[in-house]
Amino acid sequence: MAEILLRAQDLSKSFGAVQACRNLSLDIATGEIHALIGPNGAGKTTLLNQLSGDLMPDSGHIFFNGKEISRLPLHKRAHLGLSRAYQITSIFPHLSVEENLLLAIQAHSGHSFRFWKNAATDPQLQAQLIPALEQVGLAERAGERAGSLSHGEKRQLEVGMALACKPKLLLLDEPMAGMGPGGTVELSKLILKLKEHVTILLVEHDMNAIFALADRITVLVYGEAIATGTPEQIRSDPAVRQAYLGDEVQ
Amino acid sequence: MFRQSTRKILFLAAGALFLLLLPPVAKLVGEPYFISLFSRILIYALAAVSLDLILGYGGMVSLGHAAFFGIGAYVVSIFAFHGFEGSPIISWPFTLHGQTSGLVAWPAAILACALLAAIIGALSLRTSGMHFIMITLAFAQMLYYFFVSLEAYGGDDGLSLFSRNTLPGLDLGDDTHFYYLCLALLFTFLFIAWRLVHSRFGMVIRGSRENEKRMQALGFPTFRYKLVCFIIAGAAAGLAGALIANQTEYVSPGLMHWTRSGEILIMVLLGGMGTLFGPVLGAATFLLLEEVLAIYTEHWMFYLGPFLIVVVLFAKHGIYGIIAGREEKHG
Repeated sequence: MAEILLRAQDLSKSFGAVQACRNLSLDIATGEIHALIGPNGAGKTTLLNQLSGDLMPDSGHIFFNGKEISRLPLHKRAHLGLSRAYQITSIFPHLSVEENLLLAIQAHSGHSFRFWKNAATDPQLQAQLIPALEQVGLAERAGERAGSLSHGEKRQLEVGMALACKPKLLLLDEPMAGMGPGGTVELSKLILKLKEHVTILLVEHDMNAIFALADRITVLVYGEAIATGTPEQIRSDPAVRQAYLGDEVQ
Repeated sequence: MFRQSTRKILFLAAGALFLLLLPPVAKLVGEPYFISLFSRILIYALAAVSLDLILGYGGMVSLGHAAFFGIGAYVVSIFAFHGFEGSPIISWPFTLHGQTSGLVAWPAAILACALLAAIIGALSLRTSGMHFIMITLAFAQMLYYFFVSLEAYGGDDGLSLFSRNTLPGLDLGDDTHFYYLCLALLFTFLFIAWRLVHSRFGMVIRGSRENEKRMQALGFPTFRYKLVCFIIAGAAAGLAGALIANQTEYVSPGLMHWTRSGEILIMVLLGGMGTLFGPVLGAATFLLLEEVLAIYTEHWMFYLGPFLIVVVLFAKHGIYGIIAGREEKHG
C-alpha cells in the first residue's frame, strides 16, 4: 500500500456515559479518497473533530506525516497541512467572498502582526486569490457578501477556504448535505479534481456519491470501526450489510 | 455605491471642519465654554473609538474599559502630585520621581495601561461571551475599590491636580491649545485605527469576531491576535484617561466605576458599533444630551434611555449608519 499520511491509533472519546469513539484505529494513505460512513450517531463527526483538533481524544494517538499530533491545537495542525471543511457551513457571512478566501490565504502567508498595509491590496495575497476563486468557481461572486450566497455556493466557498490553506489532507464533513442533485454532481466533479493534489477524508451520507468517489471506505458503528476496504469489499462484507447498509445498496 | 461613499466623505469632511473651526467660532460668539465642553467630547470619543476597536471589530464585549481610562488618569495625576511635592513615587527597587511634563507622564500612562491590558486580557480572553463581560467588569471594579481605599492619593475623594501637565511649545492651561491637542490626538488615533482594521491584523480580528473556531481551523492562533488588539485598545483608553485628568484637573475612582464603562459602551452603540467614526458621534451625542437634559432634570438618564433603545432597535450601525448610509459597514 502507498505511504500512510495519517494514522489514528486506539482513539477513544466519551461524552459522559456515551462512548462516541472506542479504540478506533484508521490509516489514510497518501493520495486516496477515504470515505467514512456509518449510521447517525456512529461517531463520524466526533472522529473528524479529533483529527482536526476541535476535540482532544481521551486516549489514543494520532500521527500525521510521521509526526504525533494527538495534543496539538487546531491552528498548529492547520499549519502542518491538515485542513477541514465543516458540515455546518462555517464561513464568515459578513465578509465578502473575496475576504473569506483572503483570510484563508493569509493564514498561510506568514504571521499577521502586520498592522499598517491594507490587506485587500496586498500583492502577496492577491496573487493567490484569483486561482483560489476560480478553483471553486466563484470568480464572478468575488465582491459579494458571503452570507448572500446560495447554499451550494457556500459549500463551494467552504471547500475553497479549506483548499486555500494548501493542505496535505482535506477533511470534508458531509459536503453534499442539503444539496440538490445538480449540486451533488458539480461537487463530485470538484472532489475528483481535487484528488490530484490532495488526500481526502470524506464523511458523507450520499451512498451513490461515496461508492463513486471513494478508493477505500471505513464503516463506523457505535464509535467502532467495523470494516475497512475498497467499495467492493465493503459492499459484500456481511457484517457491514447487517449493521448498516441494509437494502440501500444492492 | 458611488453616491454613498461621496456622502460619507462629505460628512466626514464637514465633521472635521466643524471640529477644526470650533474654538475661533466659540470665541467669536462669546461662548468659550464650548471649547472645554468639546475637549471633553474629544477625549471621550478617543476612549469610545478604542473600545469600538475591541467591541465592534473584535467582538469582545468589555464592560471594564473605564479601568484603563481611570488608570491613565491616575498615572498622570500621581506623577504630577509627586512632581509638585518633589517626592519620589517609589524609592525601591529604583527611585522614580514625579513628573509634570506630559512628555514623560503621558507615555507612562499609556505604558501602564498597555501592561494592565496585557494582564487583564491574558486572563479574560480565555473566556468569551457572558464570562468575558463579567471578568472585565470584575477587574475594573477591583481597581475601583483599590483606589477608593488608597488614602495616600485621596481615596474616595480623589486627587486634585495643581495644574495641567506641560508640553514644549504648548500652553495646556490654555483651553484652545488643549482642545487642539486633543483633536490632533483623536485624529491620529482614528487614522491609526483605520489602517489597523484594514490591515492583515485587522482581517484576523474581524474574522475572529464572526467565527473564531473557523479562524483557528484556518491556522490562526486567534488568542494572541485578540490579546494584542485588547492591549492597543487599553493603551489608547489610557491616553484618553491622561487627557481627562488634565482637562478636569481632578481624578477620582469614579472614573473607573462600571457605570463609566457602561457610558463609554453606550457611546459606541449610539454612534455605531464597528464603524470607526461612529463612536465619535456617539460621544458627542451622549455628552451633549447630558449637558442639555441636565439643565432641566437631574434624572436625565431617564430620557436618554428611550433614545438609546430607539437608535439601537432601528439603526444597526447607529447614528453614523443613518447619516453615512445604511449599507455602510466596517468603517
